[in-house]
Amino acid sequence: MADAEARRGSTGPDASGRVLDADDIARVTRRIAHEILERSHGPSNVVLMGIQTRGVPLAQRIAGSIQDIEGVEVPLGSLDITMYRDDLRLRGARPLEVTDVPALGVDDRIVVLIDDVLFSGRTIRAALDALSDIGRPRAVQLAVLVDRGHRELPIRADYVGKNIPTSREQAVRVRLTEVDGVDEVAVEG
Amino acid sequence: MRHLLSAADLTRDEALLILDTAGELGKVTDRAVKKLPTLRGRTVVNLFFEDSTRTRISFEAAAKRLSADLITFSAKGSSVSKGESLKDTALTLEAMGADAVVVRHEASGAPHRLAHSGWIDCAVINAGDGTHEHPTQALLDAFTLRHHLSGGEGALDGRRVVIVGDVLHSRVARSNVLLLHALGASVTLVAPPTLMPVGVQTWPCEVSYDLDDALPGASAVMMLRVQRERMNAAYFPSTHEYSRRYGLDTRRASLLADDGIVLHPGPMNRGMEITADVADGQRSVIVEQVTNGVNVRMAVLYLILGARAEADLTEASQ
Repeated sequence: MADAEARRGSTGPDASGRVLDADDIARVTRRIAHEILERSHGPSNVVLMGIQTRGVPLAQRIAGSIQDIEGVEVPLGSLDITMYRDDLRLRGARPLEVTDVPALGVDDRIVVLIDDVLFSGRTIRAALDALSDIGRPRAVQLAVLVDRGHRELPIRADYVGKNIPTSREQAVRVRLTEVDGVDEVAVEG
Repeated sequence: MRHLLSAADLTRDEALLILDTAGELGKVTDRAVKKLPTLRGRTVVNLFFEDSTRTRISFEAAAKRLSADLITFSAKGSSVSKGESLKDTALTLEAMGADAVVVRHEASGAPHRLAHSGWIDCAVINAGDGTHEHPTQALLDAFTLRHHLSGGEGALDGRRVVIVGDVLHSRVARSNVLLLHALGASVTLVAPPTLMPVGVQTWPCEVSYDLDDALPGASAVMMLRVQRERMNAAYFPSTHEYSRRYGLDTRRASLLADDGIVLHPGPMNRGMEITADVADGQRSVIVEQVTNGVNVRMAVLYLILGARAEADLTEASQ
């Protein structure tokens, strides 16, 4: 933990703007898995829900880490929040991704939402709306790989891979092997 | 996609996008809360100049599941029965702030007129116009075919679909031929010569007058309703002869491929174009078509209203 705390913000971006490489991402997801288990007193009630698109492979990795640590397979789902966005008027219709609710549902479970970047908080608001239409979890927590600040809603993450101070004009690019063929996080602009 | 007036408006990719979207939206039906907030604050008007049960209810369910406000307007009991014109009705709807109008009309081309006359600015969705087209019916048929024949994914390449019956008066047949062709399926139309439309040889399909000849090995057969209300002449000698030559019974249904299915857009004339045994049988997916209709219409409303939002924004920024 102390080690992980020390890492946060300790390494600045290199020349290409990269702030996390593949090894960093692997360490960070493993730490988040530990933190989830610590906070929930074990894996028994936990359900992981990855937010489409890049939250889904992150959720799979965290589930994999929990399996390594505890030898237990936690229920894993995916959430597409397109139909819950508040910006249809601004951004138009987009193709839908898969929403997959674990067979046992989310009622009375501790649901950990997982996303790649926490920015305005609007995606998470939409995800909370979507989740409440699916069932009634006992608690909802949020894990993100990167928190880049600039919240527009009163939302915060329970588990943060790395806090990256940015300006609004910058873009944070998360690339994951499953989607983009490479693991890295970079700040651009 | 600003309007949906004809199945011919849809490219293969657009059709697949609608089917994929419908597949995802269909999952809402299995949830505790069967509602999505996506079209909150949008107004959808159901404008029905002609009787309809399942299409009207299906669009109603679709609009409500997406949280749109819905106004249903049927010609009976409205000012249309007092002689109000299509134009005046349209102007009324525009004044009410409709975002989309779902229109069914007994005149072929009425939705096209509504969309391109400049009377209204909202999206127009054709819910069946005369003997012309019924694109959302074709989409739900394609969705049902895809679900059974290719696991709900991809197109219908290499599949053969037989459409039987009153092609002359059928808007469902025309839309299906166009859409199934775009999705890579081959279509055979079967009807007595008197019920084949003029110029059918220019459609992208095969034409046959012999049902027993067309059925063997087909992946699906779609039975059309004999539309007596549109028939003002004797198109066939007797109903008995029609059902013997062009009706689907158990023997004929068994000629289909092993995974072959039976569709009917409804309402059925049991005993006429289809026997009760086949309509209620193992291969029949007729009830499923109704469920899929809601999903497909949700997808159409979402994609059209979403695309318009985008277009408006581009216009505003220029």
